Amino acid sequence: MNWFRWRDAWFFQSMVLVLLLLSSALAWSLEAQPLAEDPVVEARLVDIAQELRCLVCQNESLASSRAELAEDLRREVRGLIRKGNTDQEIKDFLVSRYGDFVLYRPQVKPLTWGLWFGPAIALLGGLWFLMGHIKQRAKLAPVSTHLSAQEQERLKKILKD
Amino acid sequence: MSRKKFLIPLFLFLGLVIFLALGLRKDPREIPSPLIDKAAPAFELPTLRGAERFSPKDFAGKVWMFNVWATWCVACRDEHPILVAFAQRTGVPIVGLSYKEIQAQDEEKGPLTFEEKLSLARKRSEVWLKRHGDPYQLSVFDLDGRVGIDYGVYGVPETYVIDAKGVIRYKHVGAMTAELLANEVMPLIQSLTPTS
Repeated sequence: MNWFRWRDAWFFQSMVLVLLLLSSALAWSLEAQPLAEDPVVEARLVDIAQELRCLVCQNESLASSRAELAEDLRREVRGLIRKGNTDQEIKDFLVSRYGDFVLYRPQVKPLTWGLWFGPAIALLGGLWFLMGHIKQRAKLAPVSTHLSAQEQERLKKILKD
Repeated sequence: MSRKKFLIPLFLFLGLVIFLALGLRKDPREIPSPLIDKAAPAFELPTLRGAERFSPKDFAGKVWMFNVWATWCVACRDEHPILVAFAQRTGVPIVGLSYKEIQAQDEEKGPLTFEEKLSLARKRSEVWLKRHGDPYQLSVFDLDGRVGIDYGVYGVPETYVIDAKGVIRYKHVGAMTAELLANEVMPLIQSLTPTS
């Protein structure tokens, strides 16, 4: 009997511990929820901000940066979303202030044509050059594998030595 | 002619080296501002002294400099004596924009109201300008950084030149130097100032 009671007590204690851990986990998960009031606005903010560069730490997106300016800009973007602006209008808002540099995906315009089409042109150019080269090589007379009489003589000499 | 063909890769390589070397010499923090030759964004902000507010249109007809600074900004300390000397020597009006003087750590003990922030920012700036000299004809306070966003501010200090028609003609990001003032800013201001 005694033994059973011990085991019950142990079981009870461990259950309490598990419950405690679970409840603390629950508390944590509550705390980790986003602070935003409106999840729709927040989702659009992340969508837009991922396409934009943080100007202070230039290798981070506006969505991930913790720089103060990034926070301010997110606040502005949030405001614009609430006002009902389109994604394009919001991006234009930032481009008009900070320039094309804020866009991770540069616009297609004469200035950026080289950027957009340059690689494809370079690839086509390379292919064209390669094709020409191969054709030229094919046109050349195949190298004769036969040795002239003179060379045969020399070969014999070398082999003898 | 065909003998020189082996030199082609060498020339391609040299071209690439020149291209990359030019890229390395550029400062990636210097982003060309799209605001050059555009109208200076309008604003109306409280000033350091007195109850009146300042707006760029108050300076219409003048060529003036707009300098973004803060007491927490370390690079501002470097450029400050240069600006003080420049203002004294040339008399070009400089307007100071105190950018986000109140930082998050100032509100650790609880959020401050706008009035509390403004009076704290005024007090701090006054002390700072007394110690380091005051080059500004006027100082205005952009506490929440909204005007800074309109001007595309991303690294304090920043300096703008605004012409008599209220158009931004020049922008420099980072500490102003005596060389830049002498070689770029002053010639520009002289060319913008109508000769009477």
